[in-house]
Amino acid sequence: MDEVQREQEYVLRSVEERNVKLIRLWFTDVVGQLKSVAISPVELETAFSEGIHFDGSAIDGFSRIQESDVLAKPDPSTFELLPWTDSGTTARMFCDIHLPGGEPFEGDPRNVLRRNLRSAHDRGLDFMVAPEMEFFYFADGDPSKPPTPLDSGSYFDLTTSDVASDLRRRTLSVLEAMGIPIEYSFHEDAPSQHEIDLRYTDALTMADQIMTFRLVVRELAMEQGRFASFMPKPIEGLQGSGMHLHLSLFDEIGNTFHPSDGAGPQELSPTGQKFMAGLLHHAREITAVTNQLVNSYKRLVVGYEAPAWVSWARNNRSALIRVPVTKPEKTSSTRIEFRSPDPACNPYLAFAVILAAGQAGIDGDYELPAETAQNLFEMTVEEAESMGVKPLPRSLAEALDEMENSKLVFDALGEHIFEWFMRNKRAEWSSYKLHVSRWEMERYLPSW
Amino acid sequence: MTTFALFPSNPPPELVRFLDLEGHPWKAVDEATKVIGAKEIETEWSGAIVDVNNDAESAWKFCRDLRSGDVIVEPLLVLIGGGQLDELTSRGDLFDDFIITPFHPQELSARIQHLLWRVGKGVRPELISYGQLSLNIENYQAEIGGRHLDLTFMEYELLRFLAESPGQVFTREVLLSQVWGYEYFGGARTVDVHIRRLRAKMGEEHASMISTVRGVGYKLGQSRRNS
Repeated sequence: MDEVQREQEYVLRSVEERNVKLIRLWFTDVVGQLKSVAISPVELETAFSEGIHFDGSAIDGFSRIQESDVLAKPDPSTFELLPWTDSGTTARMFCDIHLPGGEPFEGDPRNVLRRNLRSAHDRGLDFMVAPEMEFFYFADGDPSKPPTPLDSGSYFDLTTSDVASDLRRRTLSVLEAMGIPIEYSFHEDAPSQHEIDLRYTDALTMADQIMTFRLVVRELAMEQGRFASFMPKPIEGLQGSGMHLHLSLFDEIGNTFHPSDGAGPQELSPTGQKFMAGLLHHAREITAVTNQLVNSYKRLVVGYEAPAWVSWARNNRSALIRVPVTKPEKTSSTRIEFRSPDPACNPYLAFAVILAAGQAGIDGDYELPAETAQNLFEMTVEEAESMGVKPLPRSLAEALDEMENSKLVFDALGEHIFEWFMRNKRAEWSSYKLHVSRWEMERYLPSW
Repeated sequence: MTTFALFPSNPPPELVRFLDLEGHPWKAVDEATKVIGAKEIETEWSGAIVDVNNDAESAWKFCRDLRSGDVIVEPLLVLIGGGQLDELTSRGDLFDDFIITPFHPQELSARIQHLLWRVGKGVRPELISYGQLSLNIENYQAEIGGRHLDLTFMEYELLRFLAESPGQVFTREVLLSQVWGYEYFGGARTVDVHIRRLRAKMGEEHASMISTVRGVGYKLGQSRRNS
């Protein structure tokens, strides 16, 4: 038996022993929505050997008409029981999507990330990611009412008795039971805003974990009659929800970002510096993917602890990329923190373009621009621009213009997803432009 | 099929009956040279079972002769009467385990199986257990403190590998080659990442069962030999 067969055997055996009644086969569409096909245990062997047929065109962004028939093949290494479902008798596996002929389907985001990771892996580099997941709990999810926060706690508040804390505690235990280790969890700045930081792992597993995380947080909130949202900027005037990503590249020996010469605690190796230079250089091109909603750009504004300028710094939280302080003996924790992405992105595609940008910096021997030590939050546009600091795209439309001309993003995503993404997001922007907002009504109706 | 050497040459009938029922071949001998002498070199011995009830002096001599030979015959199990237990003192090096006569067949069966496994001759037991952790090899199930531990295949394989040799420290390189041995994304960090996931699933109260040995690697629990 080869490794894959042994893994399949393990899953089949576990399904029997744990009396699993339903297996959810998960995959992700282009915009990062989780999709699921449920099968019963008797169908599992066939699912492993042949895959499960479905009509790809039925799923937004998945397939063109002429190639509508696709196959979902479960990845046995991702088999987990869903501990919060009826006494844990439901399990899930992530799927890779294939064409009927067996070749990987290029419209599958998981496949896109896998392809990018494999090409890095073939050069001896493995991409590791740890995200800080921010989100809000609301009293209910009725979009016709203004969102009501569940609590009024603030940063690091120990709100022991409130509903939100209980919810967060239960969420943590479910995540840990599913093998998603937690680094920290705390109450964020805004009322009812919470942050849960996951421990780093390889980018493919992490993208799977983020998909699982978003589902667990939302389902457990719903179980309590509450509502959780990863919308980047749900409440005007309060800080939005980001997904800061801690990034590093490992080879067989260890962390390639860690400087070999025993430099200071916030120094990077030449590889780390070039990776960061690549990410800065291509930041504007990849922003449409890391921040894909109209609403994402209402978070990326000055004044709410989100980056608005393409810059890097050691001790400056207004920078797009930060080099965190690490203990000198912990070589594995040398990393950079990329602060623009938000939790409403498609993690597979976001990781793919981030890795491509960083690698371009390594391959092209990019030079790292000077650190921006000044607080960009307190600077005017003119001041920043006079220093040569470029802004991040200010709207989805601007971000899409940048992406459209990017060979880097085109190569990383592949033609199929690139085109579909552009088309879908242009349509989203057009639809938004037709909307007349409350702000316009309040401001213009009385005076004109 | 390997054979048990029995001493004395007229072994207790209940022992013979037991071995026949369990399907263990045996051969009764009257001196150690019949086991480890030049003529016996071809015989594959499962071990030796020595009854010290009747002629203790020659039984212990048999054990001593067996232990001082060039050929290693182990495990060596001693059947001993309840009144003779003080004879075991200072003879610890002459046997691997003992059982008090009259013995219970189930106890003897368990001891033999355990002894064989310990010297690497036995069929691997279906269960690997350490403290509150138990892993069923047959059906891939794991339990800790009486609750199910739902693991992925690689988590299970890693935990099994560690639990098979409690207290032994394994480097990341050894774990990668022994447990993974195929393509994985994560390079040198794969092991650390899986250990964290295992600890998360084991829960706070059991997570410390796997300890990090700084600059070396990981181990599970303490060695049974030293403790």
